[in-house]
Amino acid sequence: MTARVTYPSWRPRAVLHWWPVGLLAILLIFALFAPWIAPLDPDRQNLLARLKAPGFEARGAVYWLGSDELGRDIFSRVIYGARVSISVAFMSVILSGVVGVIVGMAAGYLRGWSETILMRLVDVFLSIPAILLAIITVAVLGPGFINVILVLALTRWPRYARVAYGQTLAVANQPYVTLARAMGAAAPRVLALHILPNIIGPLLVVATLEFGLMVLFEAGLSFLGLGVQPPTASWGSMLSTGRNYVGSAWWITTFPGLALFTLVLSANLIGDRLGDRIGKGHR
Amino acid sequence: MLRFLLQRGGQALIAVFGVVTLVFFIQRLTGDPTALLLPETATQADIEAMRATLGLDRPMWAQYIDFLGDIARFDLGRSFVQNASVWEIIASRIPETLQLAAGALAIALLIGLPLGVLMALTAQKPVSRWTMGLVLACQSMPTFWSGIMMILVFGVWLRWLPSSGTGTFAHLIMPSIALGLLSLATYARITRSAVVDELGKDYVRSARARGVGTGRMVCKHLMRNSLIPIISITALEISQLLAGAVIVETVFAWPGLGLLTVQSIAARDFVVVQAVVLLGAFVTIFANLAADILYSIVDPRVRLSGR
Repeated sequence: MTARVTYPSWRPRAVLHWWPVGLLAILLIFALFAPWIAPLDPDRQNLLARLKAPGFEARGAVYWLGSDELGRDIFSRVIYGARVSISVAFMSVILSGVVGVIVGMAAGYLRGWSETILMRLVDVFLSIPAILLAIITVAVLGPGFINVILVLALTRWPRYARVAYGQTLAVANQPYVTLARAMGAAAPRVLALHILPNIIGPLLVVATLEFGLMVLFEAGLSFLGLGVQPPTASWGSMLSTGRNYVGSAWWITTFPGLALFTLVLSANLIGDRLGDRIGKGHR
Repeated sequence: MLRFLLQRGGQALIAVFGVVTLVFFIQRLTGDPTALLLPETATQADIEAMRATLGLDRPMWAQYIDFLGDIARFDLGRSFVQNASVWEIIASRIPETLQLAAGALAIALLIGLPLGVLMALTAQKPVSRWTMGLVLACQSMPTFWSGIMMILVFGVWLRWLPSSGTGTFAHLIMPSIALGLLSLATYARITRSAVVDELGKDYVRSARARGVGTGRMVCKHLMRNSLIPIISITALEISQLLAGAVIVETVFAWPGLGLLTVQSIAARDFVVVQAVVLLGAFVTIFANLAADILYSIVDPRVRLSGR
């Protein structure tokens, strides 16, 4: 057996592993401070500067990443697009996570008929391909910021429920839980104070990986015209219009896609690393 | 075995019932689905006729029973937009989507499995870490972006492959890759963890001691024992591919079920959208059932443990 050398986290070599966090932080700063970072108004059209290549200058304004079919600045739109992506993904992760964890923990702790009903419901939701379920629901409710969040939460809560259920089953028979119950603690108290802190790790891993997936779903819905509506800058809808100009203006699709890829990749890398640290409970 | 089949079959039927119920209630989220089911050009008479067919004046439970009855008789309704039965419309698109899904699955399996084995055998070495990075990149790639970028490079700049449409083998290459990348990542990860689990077992050590080489070991011993998670993930992947087809087919103008869904939403032809969603769910449920049965054959322990 060869001994494995492990580096304390502050060593330079380990710091290199933090680059996904750095990328995520940059995109988060873009989202939070978009009005101060974006060089131009993302919605301002300039029909004299349509489809210009990156680096184009017009009346003192520089289009660092080029301009789109209405002469809007791609760089500014990419920065504002981070707002839509991150906020939609974040809120749908919170919403689906809270609902899923409550359902899963209740099923795993209460057992009996509520377990059967809740987990069958989870199976039903999981058997509809998520993006199809999202599409049919948006088609009924209509597109828009709030509806996209609701729809994503509606389609994704079962994943958390599955994990929370399995973890709760594993923890529910531990001596400290039995003790708490014997001392008369009611179910909500046991779940919140004794079980949740012990199962939160795997749930965080799922949430991180789901964040990346939600970013992809939001962009996918926007790409199909079912997401956040124009003229609001969103990466998915930028890709959708840019598709018509692939031959003449490659920059319209390349840069929003690159931003999207970076955001999802860093979320997945962080989730993967967390998973290795915390254990394989999320699989 | 019979008992196992009945039990799993019963669960699948309950899931089908649940999906139909869910779709029914989603349809009624806004209260009156008449507007959804008719094109914008519908006259007042059409609307009244539709209301009568749906029986909207009757109580909700009666409407629900009717809907269940229609589905049980495989009656998916009639599209007012295309003036054809929904079955005919869907059936004409199925072969195209199957072709695309098969291409994507082939790419995912042929590249994903070897990558997974490679990562397992080289665990703790840099090769493994770099391969994992590549796999995560595939997993994070938005299908519509990788599709557009391939069109840009291979279709527009190099002119090697056709950018859109269907017909020849060359048309199939880019859409299959775009659709297959995510599944490729899943297969690589599942294979890796399955093989890593098997590597630690006694039979591997004794095979090694008998002088079995790495190649033979992987093919004859490891793969056979790692097959169960791979089979069960294939069932999930089939539904992933159906869902992913919606976007990939839009990018490549591939005339399958996915493009049909998007066109139907644009044309407000909700009956067709609803049928595609039901079809996708049924395929998923039956793929899972098939996987359960298949691996109870591969590994009898699975069906015995259910007792």
